[in-house]
Amino acid sequence: MEELPTQTYRVTRADLVRYAGASGDFNVIHWSERLATKVGLPGVIAHGMLTMALAGRAVTTWAGSADAVVDFNVRFSRPVPVPDDDEGTEIEFRGVVKGETEDGLTQIDITATCHGEKVLSQARAIVRRHHA
Amino acid sequence: MALDQSFIGRTYPPTAPYQVGREKIREFAKAIGATDPLHHDPEAARAAGYSDVVATPTFPVVITMAASRQIVDDPELGVDYTRVVHGDQRFAYKRPVVAGDELVSVNTVEEILSRGGHDFLTIRTDVSTSAGEPVVSVWSKLVVRGEG
Repeated sequence: MEELPTQTYRVTRADLVRYAGASGDFNVIHWSERLATKVGLPGVIAHGMLTMALAGRAVTTWAGSADAVVDFNVRFSRPVPVPDDDEGTEIEFRGVVKGETEDGLTQIDITATCHGEKVLSQARAIVRRHHA
Repeated sequence: MALDQSFIGRTYPPTAPYQVGREKIREFAKAIGATDPLHHDPEAARAAGYSDVVATPTFPVVITMAASRQIVDDPELGVDYTRVVHGDQRFAYKRPVVAGDELVSVNTVEEILSRGGHDFLTIRTDVSTSAGEPVVSVWSKLVVRGEG
């Protein structure tokens, strides 16, 4: 099994605001500490779909082309709290090539962690891989 | 209260067409730090065989999340959105989304499961061009947390 180079991406509150605007997901739990804690969250959390988008960025980086993804699946297992400071938080993406599908596509299994905790589970992409 | 299982298999009318813009693709790519020229530079996209810039893998959520409100907001189904947590998400592509695409979404209730007091609602959104060419199918599993 081929291990792919780990991709680490930083997420700050500014990124959450930018993603909210780009995606149209304005759920208050992604920008209001007051309302996030009111519904029992540890604080403002990243959009699950932002975490998935970053996983997609890691996958296209690994695959070597931006249009490589044919099938992409994740389960959101844990929220990603983003503190209100300049550092934000880091999400680490690890990928392992699991092999080829019958039609010559490559399966990559993804592990996403934040502070050592898994934030995505059953994360998998099927990609069209460009061979160097 | 558990969701009505008779909704399983129900397909909703197609949504109004969504016009995929070059700047929206660039904005979304920028928001997630995706710098590949394919997302930003029409020349690079054309060199790769596309008519215009290519969207990042999760871009269709811009269209499908809004489209799936058709189901989530259906008063007959009665989902309490304040109790909804996103469970799973999947994209299965026929081809990438490209600027200039005019996309229509068709929502289907694929599965409703009730377990441990929670409801698990799987929505499938089939996205195709207004001319009928299939582009991507998107599955969203929503967990509707039970009361108490």
